[in-house]
Amino acid sequence: MAENPVFERATRFLSALRHCQVLGLKVHSANSEGLTVVLPYSAQIVGNPLTGVVHGGAITSLMDTACGMATLCVLPEFEVCPTLDLRVDYMHAAEPHKDVYGFAQCYRVTTDVIFARGFAYQDDPGQPIAHVVGTFMRMGKGLKGTKGFAGAIKGESP
Amino acid sequence: MSDDFKRQLQDAHEKGDYAPLLKLIPYAGLIGVECSRVGDDLLFKLPANKDNIGNPLLPAIHGGVIAGFMELSAALHLLIFTGAPGVPKIIDFSLDYLRAGQFRDTWARCQVCRQGRRVANVAVTAWQSTEGEPIATARAHFKIDEPLKS
Repeated sequence: MAENPVFERATRFLSALRHCQVLGLKVHSANSEGLTVVLPYSAQIVGNPLTGVVHGGAITSLMDTACGMATLCVLPEFEVCPTLDLRVDYMHAAEPHKDVYGFAQCYRVTTDVIFARGFAYQDDPGQPIAHVVGTFMRMGKGLKGTKGFAGAIKGESP
Repeated sequence: MSDDFKRQLQDAHEKGDYAPLLKLIPYAGLIGVECSRVGDDLLFKLPANKDNIGNPLLPAIHGGVIAGFMELSAALHLLIFTGAPGVPKIIDFSLDYLRAGQFRDTWARCQVCRQGRRVANVAVTAWQSTEGEPIATARAHFKIDEPLKS
């Protein structure tokens, strides 16, 4: 996998988010068209103890993260983009003991709002577990208190 | 649903102590969901936990955790109140984030807006300071198993 600036920015961003570290999220691939984040299977995220199927909440976390991070692919500079709304449609249950991949892309960027969509899958992107669509607010790059963080995402030393 | 799980569910409901039930769901333990009965209603709690932080700047709870908490609350609410024979399966979930989830305790309450034979619609409100100032509202559709004909 060829390294690239978007991939590196995305990886640094992800490493700053505590809950994403707890889930073990990793950037799988990233380019200007969108990115893919991996949620490794683990016993702690199981929702149904009888089947070992991952809880929908973990998949929502994966997709919220992936959609939010897809803004890194389209914005020239880092901006804090909180989620405005998110909708997840579950196509079928995830299979236990398999990682879940979350692909997301931004399909419309305006001055205030970014529209993102994506899907979660395991083996075959053609057979998604869930479809997701979300909107994100642009808070602007000059937001107070974010300067050091933006620099860290860019890869500058503090 | 295994008989063991069914018995735990019944037991929890009778005693109004849902901790043993939540212990069976690993994801509930990961984010730290608690549940208590208030009158005839259920109140869900997500205690402040550093591991649930998403935005390190504010700091704020990860949106996905708030979603997971609300989704789990809705499923449990339905499971406990409908007496459905199986764990309800989620069909879709839609949520609006109204305020940042600060690093403090979060609460959630659910309302079954409509329960049909096969599908149920549940609304969830999550708040931190007062219920009148929610941090997020959500609604979910669940597929419920038809009651076994005897």
